[in-house]
Amino acid sequence: MHETSASHAAHQHSAPTSFIRKHVFSLDHKVIGKQYYGLALLAVFIGMGLSWLMRIHLGWPAWPIPLLDKLSAVGAPQGVMTPEYYLSLMTMHGTIMVFFVLTNAPFAAFGNYFLPIQIGAEDMAFPRFNMMSFWTTFVAFCVMMAAFFVSDGPPISGWTAYAPLSAVGGDAGPGLAMGQNLWGISIAIFCIGSLLGALNFIATTLDLRTKGMSLARMPYSSWAWFVTSVISLLAFAVLLPACILLVLDRVAGTSFFIPGGLILSDKMQPHSGGSVLLWQHLFWFFGHPEVYIAILPSIGIVSHILPVFTRKPLLGPRAAVGCMIAIGFLSYMVWGHHMFLSGMNPFSATLFSVPTLIITIPATILTLLLIASVYGAKLRFTSASLFCLGFISVFISGGISGFFLAQPSIDIYLHATYFVVAHFHFVMAVASLFGVFAGTYFWFPKMTGRMMNEALGKWHFWLTFIGVYAIFMPMHYLGLAGNVRRYSAFVDDYLIPLIPVHKFITVAALLTGAAQFIFLFNLIWSRFKGPIASENPWEATSLEWSTTSPPPFDNFGGKHMVVYNGPNEYGVQSSDGHDYIMQTSPEKAPAS
Amino acid sequence: MGKLFAVVVTVITIVSVAFFVMHTWWMPIDISTTGPAIDHQLEETMTGSGLLFLGGQLLLGLFVWQSSNKNPARKIKTFPGGANPLVAAAIILVGIEVLTLTFVGSKAWGAVNLAPPAENSLHIDVQAEQFAFYFRYAGPDGQFGGIHPDKIDDGNGNYFGLDPANDVAARDDVVVGSLVVPVNRPILLTLHSKDVGHSFYVPVLRIQQDFVPGLLIPVHFTATQTGKFEIVCTQLCGLGHYNMKAYIEVMSEPDYETWLKGQEGQ
Amino acid sequence: MATTTLPPGTEITLDDHGAGRPPELIPHPPRVTASGPQSQKSETGMWVAVSAIGMSFAAFTSAMIVRQDSSTDWQHFQLPHVLYLNTLILLASSVTLELSRQRIAAIPAAARSTAGSTKTLLANGIDWLYLTATLGLIFVLGQLLAWRNLAAQGLFLATNPSSSFFYVFTALHAIHLLGGMGGLFYVLRKLVRSGGAGETSGLSAFSIYWHFMDLLWVYLLLLLAMRM
Repeated sequence: MHETSASHAAHQHSAPTSFIRKHVFSLDHKVIGKQYYGLALLAVFIGMGLSWLMRIHLGWPAWPIPLLDKLSAVGAPQGVMTPEYYLSLMTMHGTIMVFFVLTNAPFAAFGNYFLPIQIGAEDMAFPRFNMMSFWTTFVAFCVMMAAFFVSDGPPISGWTAYAPLSAVGGDAGPGLAMGQNLWGISIAIFCIGSLLGALNFIATTLDLRTKGMSLARMPYSSWAWFVTSVISLLAFAVLLPACILLVLDRVAGTSFFIPGGLILSDKMQPHSGGSVLLWQHLFWFFGHPEVYIAILPSIGIVSHILPVFTRKPLLGPRAAVGCMIAIGFLSYMVWGHHMFLSGMNPFSATLFSVPTLIITIPATILTLLLIASVYGAKLRFTSASLFCLGFISVFISGGISGFFLAQPSIDIYLHATYFVVAHFHFVMAVASLFGVFAGTYFWFPKMTGRMMNEALGKWHFWLTFIGVYAIFMPMHYLGLAGNVRRYSAFVDDYLIPLIPVHKFITVAALLTGAAQFIFLFNLIWSRFKGPIASENPWEATSLEWSTTSPPPFDNFGGKHMVVYNGPNEYGVQSSDGHDYIMQTSPEKAPAS
Repeated sequence: MGKLFAVVVTVITIVSVAFFVMHTWWMPIDISTTGPAIDHQLEETMTGSGLLFLGGQLLLGLFVWQSSNKNPARKIKTFPGGANPLVAAAIILVGIEVLTLTFVGSKAWGAVNLAPPAENSLHIDVQAEQFAFYFRYAGPDGQFGGIHPDKIDDGNGNYFGLDPANDVAARDDVVVGSLVVPVNRPILLTLHSKDVGHSFYVPVLRIQQDFVPGLLIPVHFTATQTGKFEIVCTQLCGLGHYNMKAYIEVMSEPDYETWLKGQEGQ
Repeated sequence: MATTTLPPGTEITLDDHGAGRPPELIPHPPRVTASGPQSQKSETGMWVAVSAIGMSFAAFTSAMIVRQDSSTDWQHFQLPHVLYLNTLILLASSVTLELSRQRIAAIPAAARSTAGSTKTLLANGIDWLYLTATLGLIFVLGQLLAWRNLAAQGLFLATNPSSSFFYVFTALHAIHLLGGMGGLFYVLRKLVRSGGAGETSGLSAFSIYWHFMDLLWVYLLLLLAMRM
């Protein structure tokens, strides 16, 4: 075949033939999306396993955990966890979940797979950078996993890695030598992968929308991925410098974050002049937008999926998009609410508290729009729609606790207690993950050409929905009682009466975790044995449902898709007797 | 399925709210002068957000229940008024709540962190280290000796790194492992850390403040009841973090004087 | 036989079907996107990349300001004079880049008039690009000289926060510049192969990056001069 060398090639890259090119080093955004999903799936089960170990130790500290001494003879002699090993597992749990699960699954995995298709493009703008971004993330994951196996163990400073504990090196305690180095390097590599990914999403959304796909006609999920990628670009661009400076403090003897006169392990530390708060500012300037990176895609996914099963448009499409953008913008103004008690100027607490409370407004609007979209609907109850409804419930729960923490006066009491743990788990671990579950059940047919088992999916939903409330609602009560977080054991007088609550939470966590294996089984079984899916099993309107299941290599089989409608045309009378009109259908919805 | 969802959401909501309302697990007593404002702020927020929580969840349950009606003749309805009234209501109601909470809350915050300490405060120096708190009183001369980290010798009880040989003011400083204070007296603590970040949390006083290496941070309070209560560390500081605590003993003025004289005699 | 007019930018590929059937010309009309020709995606991507890099240097800047103001141990020192010479060299490389771009941009018009001048334009354009790369390399070597100057004064990475930030800023800038040079060679290779007739979006995108590196350096120089 002869092609002219101009870059207006009909296909950005030709279809691969070798196994390596098709499944390993693939330029196809669909394969890359599935690779991200696979990585997130592996990470979430590791992270969940870590949480089981933590919860068992908290409930029954003296009970030897089988096989744990095989993972670390030093960390868990005879299977009983040392306090430092608890903190290691806790640090790795948080790090793995926030970075490798919540940034990967709703954003990188589904976004990579579906953003190009939803906007009618053949692939991402830069397929080679896309491949590089996945493999960079994978390398970051491997470096992070290596921290489990170094002699001193993984770091114990939490996913927040506050200086100087994380910066002075091994004198501060176990895990803080090579383990912390690997952590810093891994996260720096992760930043680069994320930046490459964000770049791709932005360029793709701006430049590769097909004819007729104006920004106003983009599905909510695409909007969410776009806003998230902008947030992500600016946030990870700040975390990378922070990690570089941290690693330099640790290995090069600099003093960015370490003040003078510190005595650790009876040794005067050879640093001086550094600013402890500088780390916190840099970290949270990234860290707060990061939590919106974790939740926005799931908000977009749920907003995209819910109308399909209510058979009516989402209420207030422009308001919904406006709220996503507002949240993205405001997310950069609130980082100080993690630092109310940090010793920074007390006036700034009020300053940060105001935008923090204001950000509840777009979040409330989005929630109300979702609830009101259910009003008067003809709900089709599938696993996907149940997780959407569940999302609304858990997002309310998680958001409400934010009201308390956003106020400095109340934060004086609730800071660093289990109330905070309840809050962020509800919004991140639960709500965000519910969006991923909804997306999985919804898009699995498109991605694999087979349907997932609905009965198993419903069991998964009910056990998980009740389970997460059993795990995380009691944590609010613990927090109100003053139960401090990040404790490996509860020995204080006022905490001992709370241990039965911890035992309850542990049991709930183990059972809910076990229920996730139903999901895993369903994923794997359905991949090979699920009933064959049609092109549009859910009767949805967006572009991914205008192509085969799974889509061909170039997404649309060479067709240049033209878009005539927005994604919201549900509950309308279409000429062929359906109650929806596809985005690619030239038929215009009757004016309502 | 829809009815089941509505029932489950309702049960979860009511059970959750019940535990909040019944104060089954709740804050301990408040023995501070600034605490009542914080507790009040918490109660107000609890009421407001409790209503939002109830409203949101029950409305969701209600709509799902109604939407699961399988009657084929039923027409799909749109929320009355559409999006605009909802958006406006959210902005106005949440906006009002936000402004109120900020305004009232900033007073409670200011009383703790912006108001200057009282003139006659009893000044106590606090050091946090892996994994203990130590407290220093100025002694009869009313002066604190200088701190020299290179002179710290925990084995000999010189936790603060005092230099009594060369520093007159340091000679009578009293260093103890418990925070002993007289009731109804303004107390001014100065927090510093020997090694990494720690935090000073006394639930019954409704105070919490991070120790930041390199900084000297003031905290002030007045205890209104006698008793022995716990101070715990809330900033991850290493493997002993869970075990890092001290007691605060609030005594009557005479008992405090007796205690202090006993310490100074040593 | 009817003649069909194909839209401008249409690609024609030849499908020879293997044996037994006559080969067929297949037209691929250019993909119409909602926002314009796809060529601009390289430029969009580069603006996005430049924003991210700018943001990270902003983070380093605020780190430096906080560090300087939070302690009294900042030791001022004289910036090595070679830095100013390096600045001129880098600015010159931006000029040579623009000279190159002018010539390359003139090729399509020249192709429609006389055949001979396109070769000269291309050769000149490529020469200016090589000069740009050389100047960039000289800049980096000059930065190494600056480092040696500092080391001779006893100022190393960990000596003082001022020297720490000096090394961090200059090293990161140089690394980004070297990365840019990799991009430059990629663009050069494409130009040589295509004879200048094809897409120049790579060159446009590259020039955004290179000029940004220039501006970034000027900003860093001013920052270091004011603060060191």
